[in-house]
Formats: sequence, C-alpha cells, structure tokens
Amino acid sequence: MEAATAAGDARQTEIEDLAARTRRARRIRSILLWAAVTLIVVFCLFPFYWLINTSLKTGADLSSGSLLPPNPTLDNFDSIFKNSDFTMALRNSAIVAGSVTVLSLIFGSFAGYALSRLRFPRKFLILALFLSISTFPPIAIAAPVFKLWTDIGLYNTYLGLILPSLTFGLPLTIYILTSFFRDIPRDMEDAALCDGCTRFQAFRKVVLPLAAPGVVTAGLLVFIFAWNEFLFAITLTSTPERRPVPAAIAFFTGSQQFEIPLGTISAASVVVTVPLIILVLFFQRRIVAGLTAGAVKG
Amino acid sequence: MEAGTLRPKLPQPRRRTEISERRLGAALLSPSLAVIALVAAYPIGYAIWLSLNQYSVIHPGLSRWVGLDNYIDALGTSEFWSAMATTLGFTAVSVTLELAIGMVMALVMHEAFRGRALLRATVLVPWAILTVVTAITWRTIFDPTLGFFNDMLATFGLPGADVVWLGQSGYAFAVLVIADVWKTAPFMALLLLAGLQTIPNDLYEAAKTDGARTWERFRYITLPLLRPAILVALLFRTLDALRIFDLPYVLTQGANGTETLSLLAQQQFATDRLIGQGSALSVLTFMTVMGVSFLYIRFVGGNIRELTEER
Repeated sequence: MEAATAAGDARQTEIEDLAARTRRARRIRSILLWAAVTLIVVFCLFPFYWLINTSLKTGADLSSGSLLPPNPTLDNFDSIFKNSDFTMALRNSAIVAGSVTVLSLIFGSFAGYALSRLRFPRKFLILALFLSISTFPPIAIAAPVFKLWTDIGLYNTYLGLILPSLTFGLPLTIYILTSFFRDIPRDMEDAALCDGCTRFQAFRKVVLPLAAPGVVTAGLLVFIFAWNEFLFAITLTSTPERRPVPAAIAFFTGSQQFEIPLGTISAASVVVTVPLIILVLFFQRRIVAGLTAGAVKG
Repeated sequence: MEAGTLRPKLPQPRRRTEISERRLGAALLSPSLAVIALVAAYPIGYAIWLSLNQYSVIHPGLSRWVGLDNYIDALGTSEFWSAMATTLGFTAVSVTLELAIGMVMALVMHEAFRGRALLRATVLVPWAILTVVTAITWRTIFDPTLGFFNDMLATFGLPGADVVWLGQSGYAFAVLVIADVWKTAPFMALLLLAGLQTIPNDLYEAAKTDGARTWERFRYITLPLLRPAILVALLFRTLDALRIFDLPYVLTQGANGTETLSLLAQQQFATDRLIGQGSALSVLTFMTVMGVSFLYIRFVGGNIRELTEER
C-alpha cells in the first residue's frame, strides 16, 4: 500500500515535471522567435531609417551620430526639388521605365499567348532561348551597344536606353505570362471562337482580361527592374537631359565638378525610394508570387 | 500528352487549324524574337567582332584587325586577375551568407505567430530599394565622420572608431558584401519560404511523434525537401552576383579591392574609350557567367518544358 502510493507520487511528479518542461520549452521557443523577429525587422529597416535620418539633417548636424536628427529640417528635400538635374532624372526614368514596361507587356503577351496556347514545333527551345537571354550579364551587350549607339546616333537618347532594357523586361514578361495564360480554361476561349470571334478577338476580349493579374504582376516587376537599371543608364547617357534617376544619384556622389552634400543625396534617395516601397507593399502578394513562381530575375 | 486527354477538336479540319496556328504563332512571336535578335543576339556577336580589333581613341572609326591580341593582353594583366578574384570571392562569400541568413529568415517567417504578414512585408523593403540607393545608404553608415558605425564604435569604446572603412582593401570588400547581403538575403528568404510552404505538415507531425528533435526534423525533412528551391535560389543569386556592377560603382568606384569584372570592362570601353579591350573583357565576363547560366537553364528546364506542353 505504502509502496503503491510512493509509486503514484513519483508518477505524479514525473507528469508535473514533463508539463513544466514543456511549458518552459514553449516559453523559450517564443522568446527566441520574438528575438529573431526583432532582429530581422531591425536588419531590414535600420539602414533605410539611417538614410531618412541623414536626409533630415543639415550642416554640422550631419556629423552627429544621433539616432534622431537634432534639428529636423526639410531643407534637403527643398533643395533637391529645386535641382533641375534631379527633376529631369525623375522625368527620364518615368519615360524610360514606363516605355520598357509597355513594350514588354505588348510583345510579351503576344509571345506568351503563342507559347502557352498554340500548337507549333520547337516551343520549348524558343522559351529556353528567352530565358537564357535573361541570364546574360548586361555587360556583354553594353560595350557593343555603346559603340553602335554612338555610330548611329542613339547614344544619349530615350530609345537608346529603352531598347537594351528590353533584354531583361521581355523574357521576364514572357515567362510570367506564359504560365498565367496556361491556367486560363480553354473552354472560354473556344466558346468565343465558336461565337465567330477571330483568334485575335478571342485573345483580346477573353484571354487578356482573365490574365489581368498576371499582366499586373509582370508589369510591376518589369517597371521596378527598369527603374533600378544602372549599367545602361550610366553607360549610354552623357547629359542630365537624358540621365535616369540611378545614374543621376551616382553622379551627385561622384568626384565630378559639383559635389552635392550627403544630406541632399540622402533626400534624393528617399524621394525615389518611398514610392517604390509603397508600391511594393501595396502589391506585396502579386510581387512575391511573380518573383517566386519563376525565380527568373532578382 | 496522351491522346485520351486531348480536348474535343473544333469543327474545322485538323490540318487547316494546325497550319493557321503555326502561322499565328510565328506572327505573335516575331516581334519578341526581332527585339531579342536586335538588342541581344546581334550585340553579342558584334562584341566578339569588336574584341578582335583595335580601335583608335583619337580617330574614331579607325580600326585594325588584331586577332586575339586583346584577349592575350587582358589575360596578361594583373587588373584582370584581381578583378576575377574579387568577382569570384564576392560571389562565394555573399551568396553563402545570403543563403544562411535567408534560410533563418525563411524559417522564422514560416512559423505561425501574430504579425507574420507584417514581417513578410517588412522583408520586402530592402528588395524594393534601388541598388544605387542601397550603396548610398551603406556609404552613409560607414562614413567616418557622418556615419553611424564609427560613432557607435566610439560610444561603446570599441576599437576601430577612427578607421575609414571604405578606404582600406579588406574592409571595403566587407562593406560591399554587407550591402549586397542586406539587399538580397530577403529575396533569398522569399524563394526559400515558397519552398517551405510546399512541404506537407504531416511529415513534421509524424517525425515529432517518432521523437525527432527540432534539429533532426530540419536536417532530415526540411533540407532534403527544400533542395530544389535552394538550388534554384543559389544558381539564380550566383548569376546575379557574378555580374555585379552598380554596388561597387557607387560605393568605391572599384577602389580598394572592389573592382569587379563588369566594372573593369565598363571603365575600359566607356571611360577610357578602349572599345577593343573593353569588348574582350566583356566577352571574358560573359564566358565566366555562361557556365552557371547553362546549369541554371538545365535546372529550370523542367519548368519550361511543362509550360510549353500541350494540355
């Protein structure tokens, strides 16, 4: 009897022990998880916070390492918007990145439709060709394009900037749209064809609207990549009238004739980044889907 | 695909549909193929031609066939080999770090907790920032007088408070790596997270019942099943790292051991106007990347084949 109670007690403590251990393990796990989350958030946001912090300082405050600007001021933003090189760069980037996006979407949707819907030989090879073009280092075409453009007068022009950027915009669009078109039920298109639509009408009126999410995804990604493009921007332009944003910002920092203070450069950087961040956060799902589905471009 | 899964044909004779589909396919593909031929295939061929000639800097248009001289010259310079070493070293170090940090981030984002969606959004911020702005950001952080880093070292009394980080070889390279890892580790994390989400939860439950510890579950379930996602992410990032240009351009202009192959080639043809030599360097860079590119295409080839199959 005595022995049985002792055994029962031992069992009881064992169970309590186990419960306590599980509770402790769970607490440790949640502490670790939150530590990791905090670390990731600081890692991702702090550098950009520092840039904003710098953009709000002028003069002597710039060299103070304080986490908050001692005398926050918008002077840098004021001066960057009065700088015509910067405002022209915004316009240039909008024109170039916008055109690259529109052209990629038009040509890319044709090609994507053909590759996903029509029966003809060597489709695999053609898609593989497009994809391999997107893996080429842009430097491989920068030198010949630089020489060609200077010879035929496309150097320092919008068209001269738009064309080379299609080498990554077009393959990316084709890849994304091919997979989106593939997922649209064929019956709907067949119904349109039976109703007397031509293939092109069926494409324009039935397939394209259904693939709208894919078109938005591809358009966003191409626009972001084109806006970010730097090698062609710096190599194929020579004046502020045609220089896109990344090249203009790099020029501000260079040891060129006019050096602009870091506070102002930071302000310019914040101005060109904030809209992009808003866009990305707003379309977060689409962008992640587009990036991970293909993993075609980073 | 098997004949059984073919959809009922439209009421037209088969041959005619096929011919018209071929024609339509060719018509729809031709603009894209024309663009690619014009801005990718032709320039690459032209780059090879340019690299076999010497172009006069003083008299534009004057050129002379020199055969492989430009390549022999390039391969004989220490600049080329140091740029090659920098590029390969940068790729190896940054891609490895990105994989490690990206994996940790992906595992955390995969856990269930309140605010997970917010974390996934936060992670996109570095990705959304322009590469040039990334470089500016890290330059401001490591700037000896304006920066945060030196100030922090001074505050905590740590050594190195008066080091000009971007002014010395090893340190400048480290800043380059840090900036790249910061910008792209989150992208790596998103690719890996997509892979994690395809692993069925039952596997983990079963392993737990069998008494497998956290590490064992990671080692024997997560890693093997994540292998395809890891490989794609690695190849993809390697391709990108090998052609790095904008970060070193803005951070250091290639000074202090940060001159990469793309940077060296661009400076030769654009700044120094040495078209022939610059083209030779571009072709050499291209060939360095080609091997990885080939592996990548072979690896994602399965995806492409599936996309173009009839259904």
